[in-house]
Amino acid sequence: MISFDDPSWIVIPIILPLAAGLLCFLTRRWAFAFSLAASLGNLLASGILLKQLLSVGPLSYNVGNWKAPLGIALRIDGPAILMLLMTAVTGLGITLYARGYFSFRISGQKKIGRHERQERFFWPLWMTLWASLNGLFLSADLFNLYVTLELISIPAVALAALSGKPASQIAAFRYLLVSLLGSLSYLLGVVFIYRTYGVLDLALLGSKTASGAGIGAALALMSVGLLLKTALFPMHFWLPPAHANALAPVSAILSALVVKASFYLLFRLWFDVFASTITEPALNLLGTLGGVAIVWGALQAIRQQRLKLLVAYSTVSQLGYLFIAFPLAYLEKGADIWAAVIFMALAHSCAKSAMFMAAGTIFLHAGHDRINDLAGVRSYLPVTVFAYAIAGVNIMGLPPSGGFIAKWLLISSSLNSSQWWWGLIVMAGSLLASVYVFRVVSRFFVIPEGYHVPDRQPHSPLLEWPALVLALVALLLGLIAPYPLHILETGSSLFAMVSQKGLLL
Amino acid sequence: MITNMLYSLGGLLLFIMGLFALIACSHPLRKILAVNVMATGVFLILIATAYKQAGAGEIDPVPHAMVLTGIVVSVSVTALALILACRVQETSNRSLSQQRKNDFTGAGE
Repeated sequence: MISFDDPSWIVIPIILPLAAGLLCFLTRRWAFAFSLAASLGNLLASGILLKQLLSVGPLSYNVGNWKAPLGIALRIDGPAILMLLMTAVTGLGITLYARGYFSFRISGQKKIGRHERQERFFWPLWMTLWASLNGLFLSADLFNLYVTLELISIPAVALAALSGKPASQIAAFRYLLVSLLGSLSYLLGVVFIYRTYGVLDLALLGSKTASGAGIGAALALMSVGLLLKTALFPMHFWLPPAHANALAPVSAILSALVVKASFYLLFRLWFDVFASTITEPALNLLGTLGGVAIVWGALQAIRQQRLKLLVAYSTVSQLGYLFIAFPLAYLEKGADIWAAVIFMALAHSCAKSAMFMAAGTIFLHAGHDRINDLAGVRSYLPVTVFAYAIAGVNIMGLPPSGGFIAKWLLISSSLNSSQWWWGLIVMAGSLLASVYVFRVVSRFFVIPEGYHVPDRQPHSPLLEWPALVLALVALLLGLIAPYPLHILETGSSLFAMVSQKGLLL
Repeated sequence: MITNMLYSLGGLLLFIMGLFALIACSHPLRKILAVNVMATGVFLILIATAYKQAGAGEIDPVPHAMVLTGIVVSVSVTALALILACRVQETSNRSLSQQRKNDFTGAGE
């Protein structure tokens, strides 16, 4: 048994889900048991890594004891451990919910056995996806990051196609092509970097910063590729159909975790490795696109007639907030901005997975998700409706949710750096978000005259409670706000530097 | 140096041609081929990076390892894309024939 101080714990979050995924392929009967064990083990390992990080600072580990130029290095610091914990908590919730979802028996002759067939493929794909996500958060090598990007997109596409409907297959095919284009663009950028510097290790690259046409082109190619995968406006076109037509646990995975992975990588590249080559116009461009995404995504969400499409467009809108932070980080002291981005990512991940779970539960019971026909849902799914409303509080950014803290930090730093227009967009986005949240929630609570309460179909408690717990986690994130900030500060030397001096270059 | 440049520019040209085809062509198979052409372009640039004239020292092994990994990734992704494209084709054909049958019998409204 390895001790708690051993740096090789860092490989556990990658190996554990991968092993569970392979075992799920071999024995279908125990698939859920293996997945649950891997989820719990992953949470435990993340906790131990957090403890190590807080006591000794950032860790790095050479796999197989091969050193940097040839071997693959894994490393962990503040932002990485927060993403790892976010994935561990949300992933555990999704694993439990998926169990409840697939054990729900749909009545109807043609649909019998459909959930068993889907469940058989869901567990191995979800576990391999989880292993690749953790791999991305922990990798410290540009080419290895490319491989993990591809490893994420393969199971993600397969999961998106899992429902078997023609619409979801077409959406999944388009998703695959878009993410391939993104990966290849990223890879071309990596090739340019390698031609210029001859190294791929992130830490070595950070010390070799120099600007030039080659580096600019490389960074542009990598950024465009990652923005495609993150679905920033106007490259969001593939996201709503792919996320809305997938099964509910899959939508939660794609919307809460998969888009965050490519965003995390982009964030690291811009503010960690290539911080000295970033120019102000580039930051303003990303901020503008983020601002348009907030408004456009929210307006589209208001117009939707189907619940899952509404939630998917809300993801497009919420991703915009992450990019608003880019121009603010340039002028303002960096600490608040980093915290805002991390809070936004954590809160959105919990809240959005809860929303998709609630939408999926309603879909299972009502047999459709047309918003106008969903009146009176609260009479037979009170817990689910409550979870949806709490998650909505987070999306709108009311206190004390994590979303509120993030928006507060964004607005205050936009005023401090006299870039008030970004704060205005954030407020407008919150207002629009409250429109699309209340539009649905008010429908849930209205019970029309002569309404006949349908017979409550029996279902496992796992179908309702994980969504509520995740929504509450997102809501209470604001109350423990200082703690994640502390982790960020101890974990990243760059963060400490940025928080003192800002990103003034 | 000339050889290196020639191959790199060739790779870049392949990448751009593939990108154009990916956007311009609508057939799924053409799109998959376009992505493969783009990947080949990137690999060609990588190989050119490792080029050294005879006797000019040892060859850098890292780009070769990257190309090998890249080829493996690209093969598996292509397989997935082909399966998915076949599935899309099948279901759309099926729904089309179903629709025709319904039109013929007057059912399905």
